[in-house]
Amino acid sequence: MTTPLHRYRIVQWIDYRLPIFSWTNEHLVEYPAPRNLNYWWNFGSLAGIMLVVQIVTGVILAMHYMPHVDYAFNSTEHIMRNVEWGWMMRYLHANGASMFFVVVYIHIFRGFYYGSYKSPREILWWMGVVILFLMMGSSFLGYVLPWGQMSFWAATVITNLISAVPWIGETLVQWLWGGFSIDNPTLNRFYSLHYLLPFLICGVAFIHLWALHHRKSNNPLGIEVKSPRDTIPFSPYYTVKDLVGLGVMFFVLAIFVFYLPNFLGETINYIKADPLVTPPHIVPEWYFLPYYAILRAVPDKLGGVIAMVASIAILFALPWLDTGKVRSARFRPIYKQFFWIFLADCFVLGWVGANPPEGSFILIGRITTIYYFAHFLIILPLIGKFERTRPLPESIHQAVLAKKGGGAAPDSPPQPSAAGNP
Amino acid sequence: MADTAPESEQASPQGEETRRDFLILAAGGMGAIATIAVVWPLIETMNPSADVLALASTEVDISAIEVGQAITVKWRGKPVFIRHRTQEEIDEARAVPLDELSHVESDEERVKKAEWLIMIGVCTHLGCIPLGNKLGDPVGLFGGWFCPCHGSHYDTSGRIRQGPAPDNLPIPEYEFLDDTLVKIG
Repeated sequence: MTTPLHRYRIVQWIDYRLPIFSWTNEHLVEYPAPRNLNYWWNFGSLAGIMLVVQIVTGVILAMHYMPHVDYAFNSTEHIMRNVEWGWMMRYLHANGASMFFVVVYIHIFRGFYYGSYKSPREILWWMGVVILFLMMGSSFLGYVLPWGQMSFWAATVITNLISAVPWIGETLVQWLWGGFSIDNPTLNRFYSLHYLLPFLICGVAFIHLWALHHRKSNNPLGIEVKSPRDTIPFSPYYTVKDLVGLGVMFFVLAIFVFYLPNFLGETINYIKADPLVTPPHIVPEWYFLPYYAILRAVPDKLGGVIAMVASIAILFALPWLDTGKVRSARFRPIYKQFFWIFLADCFVLGWVGANPPEGSFILIGRITTIYYFAHFLIILPLIGKFERTRPLPESIHQAVLAKKGGGAAPDSPPQPSAAGNP
Repeated sequence: MADTAPESEQASPQGEETRRDFLILAAGGMGAIATIAVVWPLIETMNPSADVLALASTEVDISAIEVGQAITVKWRGKPVFIRHRTQEEIDEARAVPLDELSHVESDEERVKKAEWLIMIGVCTHLGCIPLGNKLGDPVGLFGGWFCPCHGSHYDTSGRIRQGPAPDNLPIPEYEFLDDTLVKIG
């Protein structure tokens, strides 16, 4: 294929040996994307941008941070007070983690709503679940590094979950700690792993994109692309659309970084870690609250841990648990209602997780936990069997043009890429 | 979108500036400014931090240094040579004709008090520390300092006389607070 890029001889020379220009063109410029993608499709690229933001600010922070129990807390304060722009780097990194989770959770629920996990995108979906696990690990490890009271006791509580493993639990935890409690060896290895995991995320994200570009994006109608008329080139149409979302996301992030930098944090984490005093009220970061609620809903140590891990691992099986043949909730009137109930259930779980396990919170937590699993294990398989879906449109371009009310007239500006470039 | 597209498609073949050209230029300009605004703090973080800058000067008591002795003190992470020169060394330094020097500086320019030579002990070639401060050190061909890395010879005023170093040993900012106390930096 010839493209305008190839008119320069130096580009030809390089491209013949390393097809970086052809590759970029194929995947970021001419890449045929469904013409009907809405703003919910911004969140994949936004997640990618947040990964870059976290790595860049993290590399800067690592230049000034010291992973030692005697220096970690003070070096964090050193970053805040002495290092040029250090306060901004740390607030960007800390609030950036929350922004990353916001974006990724929306991305996941976009997948739920439009059935993006269904055939032939199961492996694409799996890679996403793996990324979620890696993100959770990375954010937990990073939270420990400032070595405040919450850092220390979060590390204690989370690592003690592993002691629930029958027979070898104790040994496993001591192996993880490198000692008999959370101490310097733990901090050192957590720092090492915190630096490692983002690059593993990069690798899995690459496979995620590989699978995506192999089978192409899903779209709000949930029907496959059938002809070049159903697509538009990625650039400029979706690069610009993604940039709009990027602007909004950075605006929100800036509000937190510059005006509410500690809104999502815990004040007590500005007190240095004390292995002899546990703070009165331990809560995880907001993005872990629903899982925390599930953990506490089960009145058994091992059972709670299993339920918590299963609440995410069950996503691996989602493509088969949802027996419906139609992808998009637009054509699934019953599933659409249960989607919203499930979303509400997750919010209630988060609210329960933020409160102490007393009184009615215990009951609410148990009901919402049971509902969480029932959604996947009972409701979804049954809906797929009994739901009467609405008729699907013939093709993407027909649906888009019919919605515009113009019938057959091609009134929308983008010309299909393949038809335009012989 | 539907309004702007036909307009720009008509206008651009005639080579006129279109609304789209303006938007691309304006957005690109803002993007460039935003990029600089982001990259600048990132680079700035690697500059010396406030606590490092706070340690930028040091005070030294020189009362214990006998004539002919020299000491080395650490200032901003580098060695500073403080030498209590003998009259012989001072005379030798002042007798050198200036046209023999590759980096022309008279001895008077390099000291505040003739008997006290205070300079940064870092060879101007590639940053090694010249020998000559301790008894028994080689002092080079000119009685001052000798850099073991690549053979630069400095005289009793710390001026480069032979070897690859381009400049004399540099003089830090300093002042005598009183007869026995020097503030460097």
